[in-house]
Amino acid sequence: MISVQTDDFDVGAEYEALRSSGSGTGAIATFSGLVRDSGDVSGVTGLFLEHYPGMTEQVIQGLIDEACQRWDIRQARVIHRVGRLALSDQIVFVGICSAHRADAFSACEFIMDALKTSAPFWKKEITGDSEHWVEQKASDVVRTQAWE
Amino acid sequence: MSKAILNIRFFARLREELGTESLELPAVPGQTVNDVLSELASRGGAWAQLKGTQPVMVAVNQAMAKHSTQVHAGDEVAFFPPVTGG
Repeated sequence: MISVQTDDFDVGAEYEALRSSGSGTGAIATFSGLVRDSGDVSGVTGLFLEHYPGMTEQVIQGLIDEACQRWDIRQARVIHRVGRLALSDQIVFVGICSAHRADAFSACEFIMDALKTSAPFWKKEITGDSEHWVEQKASDVVRTQAWE
Repeated sequence: MSKAILNIRFFARLREELGTESLELPAVPGQTVNDVLSELASRGGAWAQLKGTQPVMVAVNQAMAKHSTQVHAGDEVAFFPPVTGG
């Protein structure tokens, strides 16, 4: 299931939902991403996140479908927040349940890496008196290419 | 039957710098994304960056596409900078 939302999310509730996915689940891997200061400029107080409604959900569904083909996973949950966020706010959640840990780890990491370079989200950093769009990082592209 | 137009959309930095969220262009048979970019860039000013040195990503009907992709009447063609979510 995919949610793109302005509201915060509860990792504990998401974990419990994954845990109730059935008796065949032996492993749950979760990742939570938080808003941080990218270091590009000083005095960052938060972010504004823009996205492309409709395409965003389609791209993420495509990543989940690919993960399902590559690994033995039973359920995938992706949440991404948009709008105004403060430093340390939760921004993204990926949760995977599988029979075994290796598939859960791999699928979780793949979806997170590929999301960063293919899902249409854009971050704008906000400082006290200005704002600027964050540039894509070469290291993120390298991580995604490593899964090809 | 859709009108013989392309629905062009812009996101993030491009949307702000062009001062435009969306516009319509007449659809021309056989045209590619690259043709659309050239036409828009010829408006000059901030529009010239569409054929500049910074990468411009494109999606056609909400799926990632290439500058060589052909576009057709009724298509939604979106231009945006490299993505930075997660």
